[in-house]
Amino acid sequence: MAIELTLNGEAISLEADPDMPLLWAIRDLAGLTGTKYGCGKALCGACNVHMDGQVVRSCVLPVSAAAGRQVTTIEGLTEDGDHPVQVAWRKLNVAQCGYCQSGQIMSAVALLERVPQPSDADIDAAMSGNICRCGTYTRIRKAIHEAAEDLS
Amino acid sequence: MSDLRLINRREFLKRTGQASGGLVLALSFTTACGPAGREPAGGGTVSVAPNVYVNVRNDGIVEIYCHRSEMGQGIRTCLPQVIADEMEADWDRIELIQALGDEKYGDQNTDGSTSIRNQFDLLRNAGATAREMLIAAAAASWDVPAGECVARKHQVHHEPSGRSAGYGELVDAATELEPPTEAAFKSRDDYRYIGKPMDTIDGLAFTTGKASYGIDTVLPDMLYASIERCPAFGGTVASLDDTAALAVPGVTAVFRLPDPTTPLLFNIQGGVAVVADNTWVAQKGREALQIEWDRGANGDHNSVTYREALQESVTAAGKPVLTRGDVNAAFEAADRVHEAVYYAPYLSQAPMEPPAAVARMTDDGGCEIWACTQNPQAAQDTVAQMLGLDKQQVRVNVTLLGGGFGRKSKPDFIAEAAWLARETQRPVKVTWTREDDIRHGYFHSVSAQFLKAGLDENGKATSLLHRTCFPSIGSTFDPNATGPGGFELDLGFLDNPYRFDSMQLETADAKAHLRIGWLRSVCNVFHAFAGCGFVDELAYLAGEDPKDHLLKLLGEPRMVDPSADGGQYTNYGHSLDKHPIDTGRISAVVEKVADMAGWGRVLPAGHGLGIAVHRSFLSTVGTVAQVSVDSSARIVVHEIWTAIDAGTTINPDRVTSQMEGAAIFGMSLALHGEITTREGGVVQGNYDTYPVVRMSEAPDAIHVHVMESTAPPGGVGEPGVPPVAPAIVNAYFAASGKRIRELPLRNAGLT
Ligand code: FES
Ligand code: FES
Repeated sequence: MAIELTLNGEAISLEADPDMPLLWAIRDLAGLTGTKYGCGKALCGACNVHMDGQVVRSCVLPVSAAAGRQVTTIEGLTEDGDHPVQVAWRKLNVAQCGYCQSGQIMSAVALLERVPQPSDADIDAAMSGNICRCGTYTRIRKAIHEAAEDLS
Repeated sequence: MSDLRLINRREFLKRTGQASGGLVLALSFTTACGPAGREPAGGGTVSVAPNVYVNVRNDGIVEIYCHRSEMGQGIRTCLPQVIADEMEADWDRIELIQALGDEKYGDQNTDGSTSIRNQFDLLRNAGATAREMLIAAAAASWDVPAGECVARKHQVHHEPSGRSAGYGELVDAATELEPPTEAAFKSRDDYRYIGKPMDTIDGLAFTTGKASYGIDTVLPDMLYASIERCPAFGGTVASLDDTAALAVPGVTAVFRLPDPTTPLLFNIQGGVAVVADNTWVAQKGREALQIEWDRGANGDHNSVTYREALQESVTAAGKPVLTRGDVNAAFEAADRVHEAVYYAPYLSQAPMEPPAAVARMTDDGGCEIWACTQNPQAAQDTVAQMLGLDKQQVRVNVTLLGGGFGRKSKPDFIAEAAWLARETQRPVKVTWTREDDIRHGYFHSVSAQFLKAGLDENGKATSLLHRTCFPSIGSTFDPNATGPGGFELDLGFLDNPYRFDSMQLETADAKAHLRIGWLRSVCNVFHAFAGCGFVDELAYLAGEDPKDHLLKLLGEPRMVDPSADGGQYTNYGHSLDKHPIDTGRISAVVEKVADMAGWGRVLPAGHGLGIAVHRSFLSTVGTVAQVSVDSSARIVVHEIWTAIDAGTTINPDRVTSQMEGAAIFGMSLALHGEITTREGGVVQGNYDTYPVVRMSEAPDAIHVHVMESTAPPGGVGEPGVPPVAPAIVNAYFAASGKRIRELPLRNAGLT
């Protein structure tokens, strides 16, 4: 069935089984591969996107639940990668393999919208749903503080 | 002859105005090229290739071919740093191209922390010969002696006449020349990029979702596959009913994959593949399969009873592989002896990107692959053998890897995609689920270690017996392999640097029942866990501070040679002259890391510091952990300090990030990591049952110091891991007085 939603500011219609997780609709049907699969069970955050401004785990959210909503993926965050979070990530060379970082960035952006000057405890609470097997956590903490400075 | 370039979707759309999903491929078209040249992959009309790693275009861009796989270790930044530095290329005018799998590049197996330690000279030579060729071209066109010309930042200068020319301008003249095969290297003082913390070359792609991994490749007309495999390694399909699966809308076909071969090597391990219009439908169809398995010879493998067997084996007499003095006589004569058995479980690499590959059959009967592989030439070999092709007919495009840790050295998942591409005659993407990855991988070996020391009347250990027991990686290649052997004994076992008057190292047999592979630092994980833990035990028995005791046991600076005691030691493929086991360098690392951590300071109640040092992959890493345990047995790792002596390093920031990552990776295996089996099958399946460290558990800080050194480069990707778990266990002892000899710590009642 056709599901209409706004993806990165563009109204689109996806021909999909309503139960298909949003993740696979974004990746396989809409062709945007910046959003990653890591676990498929809401355990790792690699698939995090924003829906109406909130972080959601797209691997467990049926695409039908996104009907009529605004979905933003890493590709839609900025045109040129110049969001302060993205800039801070590059300044501190956070990424190792990079695979988890779309999800990390989407979580960090949402955190800073909610808590503009987060403490380490705020960061730990907001970011612990995002696994990084390469172990970039300490740099992520620093980069979030850096971005918070930049945004203030 | 032209290499393919992966470009991201947005860039492609911009260039071509075509709509397409995900990653697309742009063929680079042939333009003119000189005798030594090749087709420029990007702009420019003429180019010259002094060697297979470098191609200089007449628009002034230097193309550098990265023939090693990027999996987070930073090789796509470090490799061009070396080449560009030696060739005096301007960092802003290089273009990095990921090389295809091809023997012409030499070894491409990105494994064993080898990219720099084995290829530093090769990369320097690639840059230096390119530089000399451009100098020669300038000298020829100006009719001056080459010796009067110098290359500086993308230009050749002739100082006496004040002439200069950019690299791009020299391409035409260079095409007339034979490229040199050797050239002198720059002096260290003149390095521009080597030793500098250059930013990650893929930083923009990583932060904008444009980075493309194996799982991201999309080809026109592509099918998607999901594969159900036998829970037990080596099992086969007894019966299959695919009616319900085929009834799922979007499912195109179901295939029974070839049964596993003996030995398995990197071949397909059997299973049933569901092929469909997209990933999710393939998974849904797979869930509807009705399969009965014949679990085969390993169908009753149970890790609980297997552990008992390992412990029995390791405490019985073993096979000596290194003998110094008479250890049994020493034990007889000792005031007392101290014995311990250490145990570490199977582990899964669990990289964030699971194995994924795309394959298609080409019009000329070949096969083309896109995959997150650490070893593209092994992929060529495996696929060629399976499909009855020549190696050259298998074209392997290497994508970025969302982590590898050894898992993606094995191209079995690529073989699955290739097999399905041939069956369907369509491009096929195989995506492993997380459960597939954790249950059906090539596992890091489970191990039991037995250690025994003879102590003198002061409690000082003067003799050591260390016996290692684990199912061997060899079992994947030789079904008759019965236990530890070959290079596995190099990994933190035969290279024991400690000064015991008598020492015997032994192996004990263990038969494999899972696919055994390798994980970041391999056998060093359990050898360091047991070795560094036991040495810490000996410190307390001697009534000494663990750091002081370590330094005493290392003794006066000296070069250790395991072959002097009959050990068949290969030193990671290098001579001991070039890469010695130098106790002076090891001690310096111990002193440094202890100093960084403020060793000996007063700690808050319930806290402890633990230290461990381990040499692996020709580098030495010392780690101190600060740990606390509260009344509810919650263990917290507050801070980690790491010092690494990796000889000459290319990019200190990438070395630092590898040490930070290794600290977390080491914590994951210390605190949580464990694969167990029942009825031959792996019990765990996802990050809930196979947890890894998350942000909430990450230390407040991980401090890294990279030792200044002019020694030849050692490895970096792996050596940070081995000392982490023993440092934590030793810190736990300092904090609690309780000695832990098994991993993970959650099994010791710690949460
Ligand atoms: S893929 Fe969605 S949380 Fe892991
Ligand atoms: S950077 Fe590799 S998983 Fe996070």
